[in-house]
Amino acid sequence: MADFPDSTIDRKTLFPQLFPHPENYLLLAGLAGTAKDSAAWTQEADNLITLGGAMGAAVSMGLGMALAAPDRQIAVMTGDGELLMNVGVLATVASVMPDNLTIVCVDNGQHGETGGQPGHTSRRTDLAKMAEGAGVPSVMTISSPDEIPAATKFLTDTPAPRFLCARVMPGAPTAYKRNWDLAECRLIFKRAFSAS
Amino acid sequence: MAREDWSKLIFDKLAGAGVTLFSYVPDFGNASLVEMADEDNRTRTVLLSSEQEGVALCAGADLVGGRGVLLMQSSGVGNVPNMLSLIQSGRFPMLMIVTMRGEYGEQNPWQYPMGQAVVPVLEAMGIQCIRVERDDELDQAVESAISASYVAGQGVALILTQKFFGAKAF
Repeated sequence: MADFPDSTIDRKTLFPQLFPHPENYLLLAGLAGTAKDSAAWTQEADNLITLGGAMGAAVSMGLGMALAAPDRQIAVMTGDGELLMNVGVLATVASVMPDNLTIVCVDNGQHGETGGQPGHTSRRTDLAKMAEGAGVPSVMTISSPDEIPAATKFLTDTPAPRFLCARVMPGAPTAYKRNWDLAECRLIFKRAFSAS
Repeated sequence: MAREDWSKLIFDKLAGAGVTLFSYVPDFGNASLVEMADEDNRTRTVLLSSEQEGVALCAGADLVGGRGVLLMQSSGVGNVPNMLSLIQSGRFPMLMIVTMRGEYGEQNPWQYPMGQAVVPVLEAMGIQCIRVERDDELDQAVESAISASYVAGQGVALILTQKFFGAKAF
């Protein structure tokens, strides 16, 4: 088994603490738990896009936003299963070195959306080490609520691109019925972006 | 038509249409286009680990008013179908340029399975395919691809065939 401490972080409390000023970011959440948590946290603010499929898309989409909007800060929230499906993107991010991209991986070590089946990070795989190995310059792992203030500082004070692996307890994300119509969400986001 | 010449035609039209991000997985067929995008100060290239990243990258750029393109070999089309859910669900504009292997003149048997599946796979995911087989088709094909994708918001693949740019000899 991997040398991970058991996490004591409740995922539902994470994002509001990590991002005290969500309005300063363009936010993007990958499918499943991170989408629900972030939709509930911001009440589906118009600076947030949440995905419901296209597993693996989140970090790549965030990178596209970061490159096309270099004056804005982009924060991507993704799960461990989602990230592993397109984990080569960490190398792409490290080659491009966008100085406005923050990635938070909510790592519960399982595929929560499909019934909580164990994932690789519940065994021997360490996504923070993979990000480091890919060449992402700023990498941090947390697994206890005591570490969240330091992680919040990490997300603003370290050189980007940065990667935070937040090991969280197993358990359901925030219950929230969000808008599943991505075409509508895209237009809302684009209008808000143009106006900002 | 020499590769540098048709690449220049495509590059000029894309850059002229405001495409700034050229994401790619390297291929003999897109090498000159990538060089041009590297050298021009209006555009930048993004080397991808897998073609699927490019679909999401172009969608992300669109969210903030940018334009990206995805360049890949035909074999890479097999890596993108589920990511194209994003394009259909969100009605994102999408332009990919596929340089073909596994057809007319191909000597490598490994290239045929995916090469022959390119158009059915893309069409099954709602991507319209524009094939270029002759030099005199290129100009209008590129214009059509740009209009359909960035202007009309469709998912489009410009398919540059081996009949058009020649098969690799082994």
